[in-house]
Amino acid sequence: MAEFAQYIINGLSQGGTYALIALGYTMVFGILQLINFAHGEVFMLGAFTGLYTSKYAGLAILGTFNRLLTGSAETASTGAAILTAIVIILVAMCVCAAVGFCVERLAYRPLRASPRINLLITAVGVSLFFQNAGQLLFGSDPKAFPDLFENLEPWTFGADENLIVINPLQVFVFITAITLMLILRHVIFHTRLGRAMRAVSFNHDLASLMGIPTNQIIAATFMMGSSLAGAAGVMVGMTYPKVEPLMGSLPGLKAFCAAVLGGIGNVTGAVLGSFILGLAEALLSGYGTPTYKDALAFTILILILLVKPSGLLGVNRTEKV
Amino acid sequence: MSKNEPILQFNDVSVYYGIIQAIHNMSFSVEKGQIVTLVGANGAGKSTTLRAISGLIKPKSGSIVFKGENITGLPAHEIVRKRLCQAPEGRGIFLNLTVEENMDLGAWAAPDKGAYQANMDKGYQLFPRLRERRNQLSGTLSGGEQQMLAIARALMGQPELLLLDEPSLGLAPQIIEKIFEIITDINKTGMTIVLVEQNALQALQVAHYGIVLETGKIKTHGPAGDLLRSDEIRKAYLGD
Repeated sequence: MAEFAQYIINGLSQGGTYALIALGYTMVFGILQLINFAHGEVFMLGAFTGLYTSKYAGLAILGTFNRLLTGSAETASTGAAILTAIVIILVAMCVCAAVGFCVERLAYRPLRASPRINLLITAVGVSLFFQNAGQLLFGSDPKAFPDLFENLEPWTFGADENLIVINPLQVFVFITAITLMLILRHVIFHTRLGRAMRAVSFNHDLASLMGIPTNQIIAATFMMGSSLAGAAGVMVGMTYPKVEPLMGSLPGLKAFCAAVLGGIGNVTGAVLGSFILGLAEALLSGYGTPTYKDALAFTILILILLVKPSGLLGVNRTEKV
Repeated sequence: MSKNEPILQFNDVSVYYGIIQAIHNMSFSVEKGQIVTLVGANGAGKSTTLRAISGLIKPKSGSIVFKGENITGLPAHEIVRKRLCQAPEGRGIFLNLTVEENMDLGAWAAPDKGAYQANMDKGYQLFPRLRERRNQLSGTLSGGEQQMLAIARALMGQPELLLLDEPSLGLAPQIIEKIFEIITDINKTGMTIVLVEQNALQALQVAHYGIVLETGKIKTHGPAGDLLRSDEIRKAYLGD
C-alpha cells in the first residue's frame, strides 16, 4: 500500500511537469493547427535560464529572503527556498515568453498563408536550431542545477515497509504546476484575452470581423504556452538536477503524446492526458520495469490514434497535419 | 443615386482568389439610411464583395471609401473600429462560445464602451430568445437563433453600416419572414444596410436599391421596386 502511494506521489509530480509542457502544445495547436515541435526546446531554454539565474543570482536572492524571513542571511528556511524558486521560475517564464514571441514572429508568422506542411517542417527546423545553438552556447555536457532545497529534510510517513518519503521539492513542483494551470484556466475562460483566444481558435477571419487583432492574440498564445514550458524546465532542472541542450526533446515528445491522449486543442484534455501519462509511467517503473518507461508514452500515442484519434476529450475534426 | 453623400463607395474594384478573378472592375455606392441589396446566383461575387468591404480580402485594384475615408487594404480588425460591422455568412458565430460571450465579442471594437449594457439589452429586446439562452453554448441554438445572434452581435459593434451576408440561408420560411421584418426595423432606426441575398424576391421587397451581380460583374441595378417589376429580372432571378 505504501509502495502504491509512493508511486502515485511520484506520478502526480511528473504528470504536473508534463501538463505544463502539453498545455503549450495544445494551445498553439488550438489556435494555429500547428504542432510546434520546437516547444520541447523552449522547455530546455527555460531550464538553462533557471540554471544560470540560480548560479549567478540564486544565493543572493536566497540570502535576501532568508534575511527577510529569519533575520539572518545564513539561516536556511523553507519559505526562503520556496520564494527563491518562485523568483527563478518567473525569470525563466519571462525569458521563454520572449523566446516564444520571437519564434512565432520570425519563423511561423511569415508562413501563415502557406500550406500547413511548410509550418510543420519549419517547426522541426526551429527545434533542431535550438538544440544545436544550445550545444554551441552552453556546451553539450550536462550541467548540475544548484540545489536550493539542499537543507530541507524529506518528509517521511510510517516506517519500515510502510515508509512513504515525500520530497518537499515534489510537493512544490506539484503545487506550482496546479497553480499555473488554474491561472491559465482563469485567463482562458474568464478574461477578455481568453475569450479572444477562443474566438481566434474557432476562426481567424470571424475573430478579425469582431475587431480582434488576431496576430496579437496568436503572439500572446505563444508567449503563454512558452512561459509554462519554461516553468516546467526550471522545475525539471531542480528535480533531476542536471540540464543539457538535448533535454527538451524527450519530455517534449512525451508531453505531445499526452496532449494527443487528452485531445489536442483541448486545454483540460492536455492536463488529463499528462496526469494519466505521469501516473502510468510511475506505476510501470514501480511494478514493472523502468526500462520501458520511455516507450510507454509512444505506446499510448499509437493506441489512442488507433482507438480514438480525437483523444479522450477531443471532438472529431477531419483535419490533417 | 441622388442627393445624399454616399456612406460607402466601391470604385472600380477587382478582387482575385489566386489567379481567379472573382470581381471585375465593379463600382457602386450606398446612400446613408438605405438598404441596398446585392442579389445574384451562387458564385456571382456577392460574398466576395462583402469580404472586400470588411477587409478580409484585399482588392487587386480600385478603392473602397467609407464615410469619405479610403479603407482599401486596411486590416479587417481596424475596419470594424470605423463602425462598419458584418454579420457573416453561414451564421458565422463562435459555436464554442456562449451566446453572451458572442455578444461581448461583438462589442470588442465598439467606440462607446459606455453604451455596452444598453446595446446588450437592445439586442436581447430585439431577439428575446437570445436572452433566455444567454448562457448556453451558441452551438446548441437553432439555425434561426444563430442568425439572430449573428445580427445582434454585429449591432453590439455600434455600426453605421451593417453588412448582412445571406441572413436567410437554410432557414424555414416563417423564420425568414421574421428576419426580414427585423432587418426593416433596424433600418428604420436609421441604420444603413448592405444585404447580400440569394433570395432575391424577399431581399428586393425590403430594400431601397438593388444591384444584380453575375459572375463578378454588375448585370443591372436600380431602385428595388423597378427591379421587381422588370420582366428580365423576374424571369432570371425571381422564378417567374
